[in-house]
Amino acid sequence: MFTKPEKLSVYWTRLMEEMLQLGVKSLGIVILMSAFMGAVIVIQSATAIDAAWIPDYTVGFTAKQSIILEFSPTIMSLILAGKVGSNIASELGSMRVTEQIDALEIMGINTKAYLIRPKIIAAVLIFPVVIIFSMAFGFGGGWMAAFGTGLIPEEQYIVGIQSFYDDNLWMITYALIKTTVFAFIITSVSSYHGYYTSGGALEVGKSSTNAVVYSSVLILLANLLLTQLLLI
Amino acid sequence: MSFGDTQVLHDVSFKFERGKTNLVIGQSGSGKSVLTKCIIGLHAPENGQILYDGVDFSAMKKKEKKKIRTQIGMLFQAGALFDSLSVIENVIFPLKMFTKMSRKEMLDRANFCLERVDIINKNNLFPSEISGGMQKRVAIARAIVMKPKYLFCDEPNSGLDPLTAILIDNLIKELTEEYNMTTVVITHDMNSVLEIGENIMFIYNGNNHWVGDKDSIITTSNKEVNDFVYSSKFLKLFKEKMN
Repeated sequence: MFTKPEKLSVYWTRLMEEMLQLGVKSLGIVILMSAFMGAVIVIQSATAIDAAWIPDYTVGFTAKQSIILEFSPTIMSLILAGKVGSNIASELGSMRVTEQIDALEIMGINTKAYLIRPKIIAAVLIFPVVIIFSMAFGFGGGWMAAFGTGLIPEEQYIVGIQSFYDDNLWMITYALIKTTVFAFIITSVSSYHGYYTSGGALEVGKSSTNAVVYSSVLILLANLLLTQLLLI
Repeated sequence: MSFGDTQVLHDVSFKFERGKTNLVIGQSGSGKSVLTKCIIGLHAPENGQILYDGVDFSAMKKKEKKKIRTQIGMLFQAGALFDSLSVIENVIFPLKMFTKMSRKEMLDRANFCLERVDIINKNNLFPSEISGGMQKRVAIARAIVMKPKYLFCDEPNSGLDPLTAILIDNLIKELTEEYNMTTVVITHDMNSVLEIGENIMFIYNGNNHWVGDKDSIITTSNKEVNDFVYSSKFLKLFKEKMN
């Protein structure tokens, strides 16, 4: 896995392809979900925090906390575990059962390094960028909800988002650390299940399901652990 | 060589000859594919030696094994072409990984190999867009693109119609002579045996039970070989007429 690449230029191309496949091609679903969830968080917060003595900007502040601390890094990673994890496991599983991995092996290529390493590196590098997009579009969705429903004045929403500015940087760093760990979990667990598939099409399906299930459970455990380590 | 409690290969000793099509034949489950996987290093045998031109493959260091592997071409049963690469990229792939050729040189070599196996104007198609027979021929082109010293073919004509199967068999034989390769074909197809069997090893219950060529296989009195060879009605009739 950590051996010197056979040809650096080929590995560089593989890394770029994986960044496109795992990150850029996931942006659509991430943006869509983030915008809708941001809107829902704002509407729910605004209707729940209805007391006159609570300032309106609290809704924006709540949305910011929810989106940065939990929604974007964790929920989005769980969604990516479903999309990217099953994709990786089924891709490698199909390659295994159709002897494409054996073909690479016989050519003298280190298949783990060639197939899995670019996926892990690509995900670790690109997922934090995807999550930043998720945060931005989550805030955007919240703003649209504030603007569209009139539940709170949009300036108040923006004040809430900008509040406690000093904490924001640490919160984002915390979210990105979590995302990086989750990216590693998703790609390594899914690659493991795909790479060691044996049998036929049925087993490829099983590997794909296992990859999503194990990745999701590990993400939840890692989330708890990291939150304790980083926030307490 | 065993898997759990099941011993698949017991006592197999054979010399594959250069410039000839060496056939490993036997019934399904007799250990042919396991033997090939041992030879090419996908399985490690528990005992014995695998010699490439007198050098023990299993005792080689990783780097030496890698070097030998660049001299091996392999044709898998289903072709094992890379789904995500086009026909031309599949053939170029080994050149990209192991040579310092320019893009133009790689394209020239790949096109030459594709033309050699009669694949023309299919460069930009993907494996799923061409027929099974074409996939096999592209896989042969990929196997010979590095001018290998050894060519292994695992049931090269399975799933093909008889005419295409014979074309593939003859192509393998021609390429073997052209490149002076040591070619090993794993098969249970009697048409292949009679068409290209220059040096044949019959595996039975994990042992090499009989050794000969395409002429001696039809006249042998070995019971297991006879049962295998004359299992089809057509060949049984042929034998009766001969007698």
